[in-house]
Amino acid sequence: MRRRGSPFTGVGVVLAKETADYLSGARMWVLEALVFLTAIAAAYAAILSIRANIGESPFLFLRLLTMAQDPLPSFIALLGFLIPLIAIAIGFDAINGEFTRRTLSRVLAQPIYRDALLLGKFLAGLVALAIGLFSLWLLTIGLGLLLLGLPPNTEEMVRMLGFLVATIAYGGVWLAVALLFSVVFRAPATAALAALGVWLLFSLFWSVVTPLVATLIAGPPEGIFGPNIAYLDTAQVLDRISPNTLYAEIALALLQPATRALGPVLYSQVQGALLGAPLPAAQSFILVWPQLTGLVAAMIVIFAIAYVVFQRQEIRA
Amino acid sequence: MTEEVVISAQGLTKRYGATVAVDHIDLDVRAGEIVGILGPNGSGKTTTILMLLGLTEPTEGRAEVAGFDPLRDPLEVKRRVGYLPDSVGFYDGLSARDNLAYTGRLAGLSRREIDQRFTEALARVGLPDVGRDRVATFSRGMRQRLGLAEVLMKRPSIAILDEPTATLDPHSTQEFLGMIRGLKADGTAVLLSSHHLDQVQSVCDRVALFNRGRIALSGSVTELAQRVLGGGHVIDVEARGDAVRNQLAAVPGVVRVQVLAPELYRVDCERDLRAEIARRLAPSFDLLGIRFAEPSLNEVYTRYFDEVRDAA
Repeated sequence: MRRRGSPFTGVGVVLAKETADYLSGARMWVLEALVFLTAIAAAYAAILSIRANIGESPFLFLRLLTMAQDPLPSFIALLGFLIPLIAIAIGFDAINGEFTRRTLSRVLAQPIYRDALLLGKFLAGLVALAIGLFSLWLLTIGLGLLLLGLPPNTEEMVRMLGFLVATIAYGGVWLAVALLFSVVFRAPATAALAALGVWLLFSLFWSVVTPLVATLIAGPPEGIFGPNIAYLDTAQVLDRISPNTLYAEIALALLQPATRALGPVLYSQVQGALLGAPLPAAQSFILVWPQLTGLVAAMIVIFAIAYVVFQRQEIRA
Repeated sequence: MTEEVVISAQGLTKRYGATVAVDHIDLDVRAGEIVGILGPNGSGKTTTILMLLGLTEPTEGRAEVAGFDPLRDPLEVKRRVGYLPDSVGFYDGLSARDNLAYTGRLAGLSRREIDQRFTEALARVGLPDVGRDRVATFSRGMRQRLGLAEVLMKRPSIAILDEPTATLDPHSTQEFLGMIRGLKADGTAVLLSSHHLDQVQSVCDRVALFNRGRIALSGSVTELAQRVLGGGHVIDVEARGDAVRNQLAAVPGVVRVQVLAPELYRVDCERDLRAEIARRLAPSFDLLGIRFAEPSLNEVYTRYFDEVRDAA
């Protein structure tokens, strides 16, 4: 039977309340402080290095994000590591927390559908994440302006904005994963552990798993006449199941404009190319479009699974 | 009390796989009426409530709440129904006002309505000065009151209260029961689920007794008592003098006479013998009072489930 009334009734109210909770909560403050400190430290270290070699690259601001200075990793490497942690911290108790607080039946006894609650919580997490990342983005640019004494050019701004959007989408994937586990598991600690387990799988073990599976599917990496192309293709497909790989490829193509291809390139494909010459921003965006849509699609699919599971659950606390 | 039926369920059934949680129940609640639903844990009370609120789908049957089908129009139903779940939970980090403002906004109230109704509701549940306090500092009793304040803020035509006094001390319980009577006085229909039979008896107009997903008995406490404890009448007599007990026992139709206290006798009769008893006692004794004894819901409940157990 078709239900009457919009499933989005109340989304705005949930969104406003949850965003305020996320932004004012101690958990968020601690995580944000951690990200700000490490990312700013990485950017500052990169600036010191860039100042020594100023004039070597037309994309100084992009180097600010990609350059690593011992002992710190680069700004984007830190973000790639920390963003999933923030997203998981935001989402792991989104729904099961309502069960344990015994607030779920009270909230759903108000004239809203459970669709609105789930969507409102997800959007609120995404908004909180976006606010944090946008602040960090502005802070990094400000730091660059102060210490480099140069404004970023338009091309750099466009690429950095694209990178910001990709980072939000990347965080969205991990937020959706955390939300899914918060629906599946009644205990918040179990949900957090499960989400962290998935994160560890993709960030630490995936690079070990993919060669093994690719070898099983397509044979050994080296053939009689050189590299086994079928193996390389299979390994790449498997690699790209991981959101970390997709995000790393986006970062590479957008923040290092000389990147002309992602994945294995045949010698015949680079004949006539001006190696090392930067691609226009539009070309770089075309290059990462599949990865970006892949991240957004993964976010939507995981959210949809969480939605279906939540719809089938009993509300009783 | 008007005769308008505000909750109506026909053949309402909920199955979880092979388990039948609620089995073809029929239930009517009229405007301004307090109906108690009783039964052991797992007898289907809360599932029935969730189906009436549109929070879970019935497997069979249909319901109408405030004129709307909870399955098809859950939002309209929830606009008109105030629900207080058992062991109500709040966001501990928020103040009482922020908690109720959140649900008020979800209910579609304007900021002005929330401010006005919040103050009124808090005063009515006896918590006038705690609006700005964080709920984390509240006792269980205060949380239950706050939950009732949330129901009041909605100004519902129906209030569904699921074990509202389960965690309250005796004094708070009495106050809470007074607030439930206040809802009735406002014309609000109340569906009250509770294990505290004396409390149910003290506030409810009618009672539905759940057993294994079915409504085993329903009606006023007197009706239930007649069906479960037997068809006779129980009369309390207050009289002063010697041999009152003997005189009462000699009245034709009297089955048994118990002495409850000095000058107070409980008489089990086959029919209404109040007039006959008064005629017999008045010439020889000081007859101080004569009335039907209030049957005990506790006794009805215990006897019913004893019989069910014996039959099993």
